[in-house]
Amino acid sequence: MANPLYRKHIISIPDFSREELELVVETAGKLKRTPRNDLLQGKLVGSCFFEPSTRTRLSFETAVQRLGGDIIGFADGGNTSAKKGETLADSIKIISSYTDAVVMRHPKEGAARLASEFSSVPVINGGDGSNQHPTQTLLDLFTIRETQGTLENLTIAFVGDLKYGRTVHSLTQALSLFGARFYFVAPEQLAMPDYICEELDEKGIEYTIVDSLDDVIPLIDIMYMTRVQRERFDETEFKKIQGQFVLRADMLKTARTNLKVLHPLPRVDEITVDVDATPHAYYFEQAKNGVYARQALLSLVLNETV
Amino acid sequence: MQYTRTVEALKQGTVIDHIPAGQGVNILRLFKLAETGERITVGLNLSSRHMGAKDIIKVENVALTEEQANELALFAPKATVNVIDNFEVVKKHKLELPESIEGIFACPNSNCISHAEPVKSHFFVKAQAKDIKMKCKYCEKVFSKDIVAVVR
Repeated sequence: MANPLYRKHIISIPDFSREELELVVETAGKLKRTPRNDLLQGKLVGSCFFEPSTRTRLSFETAVQRLGGDIIGFADGGNTSAKKGETLADSIKIISSYTDAVVMRHPKEGAARLASEFSSVPVINGGDGSNQHPTQTLLDLFTIRETQGTLENLTIAFVGDLKYGRTVHSLTQALSLFGARFYFVAPEQLAMPDYICEELDEKGIEYTIVDSLDDVIPLIDIMYMTRVQRERFDETEFKKIQGQFVLRADMLKTARTNLKVLHPLPRVDEITVDVDATPHAYYFEQAKNGVYARQALLSLVLNETV
Repeated sequence: MQYTRTVEALKQGTVIDHIPAGQGVNILRLFKLAETGERITVGLNLSSRHMGAKDIIKVENVALTEEQANELALFAPKATVNVIDNFEVVKKHKLELPESIEGIFACPNSNCISHAEPVKSHFFVKAQAKDIKMKCKYCEKVFSKDIVAVVR
């Protein structure tokens, strides 16, 4: 029987069942332990980045090539016929007729869902505006499982910009399938959106809104840091907020030994460099895991069995 | 007692009655009823025993489908939609909130891909305690129905 993700579009985390998320995480683990160079042999993947990206694009390209596949595409929509006014629907119809799967990032929300309606091959969303970035969530889940040995009943604090951070929204949705407990630590202006809190209420998932990072450190298994963007505040306001949501190595003295600090990167100054040397820092390994999570996803989408 | 009709009886078509006063014009506009080219009679702020004031719309020669009638439920959940043939009511639609609604409203999110592409807008409808929420199929943003309704 084919795996449940075979020939499926990968658009949004709420489309996934718990079992499908577990399948990707398991497969990523297998590929990290035992690398394969044959799973995408003879497959051609279209990499369509209508908006620039560093880690996502390079890790997708690495994933395809390490698995023995080929990749074509573009890294900036400015050089494509989109610039001449071609609709995304038309572009995707054509690109999908050349390739076995399309990986895409686009500045508009809903672009990947729309592309999936016009594509003859699976579409994998590499980020659509401020909406979804499912492969980031898959690599986050893989990293959490790798560091904690389980996805069940963990306690996670999300810190920083919880309003605009799409990775935070999708990861909250995904972890709520595994009985997580959440702490939200954010300035009032960047609080978790109501719709996410309402979803958690509906599912009976416990969450607490707190304003001090120090208070939650002894209570959690995972600290998921995000960047508070300077441009969202005036200078005085930013200075006031900035100090409250910075993690320094000395703050981790009260942490559980299993606590890992994650960050979708790039970081600016919300995690001081001295944290890097603590056993809690895991964000660089997390970025590396992006390749394994994307390898797992591509393998499952393009092979009946892995 | 002498009875005078405020709106002329319809030979064939659809009567949408018991629309909350003020919503009649919205319904005409959103459902593009005027674009049918058929004769339409509209009554606004008519007196109603149950509602105090109501609006009514009669569209000649157009029989609203179940789906279209349900879309009306977003604005006028207690409206009655009767299909008329030869002055007789041949079908009474019982309005139910639709699961999804296509092509009626534009997405309020200006960065939603649906604005620039050859697709119909599409919202999933969900009733919540005191509000109706609409989630765009494309950008996945959730809006209160009142916000979606004013954008178009």
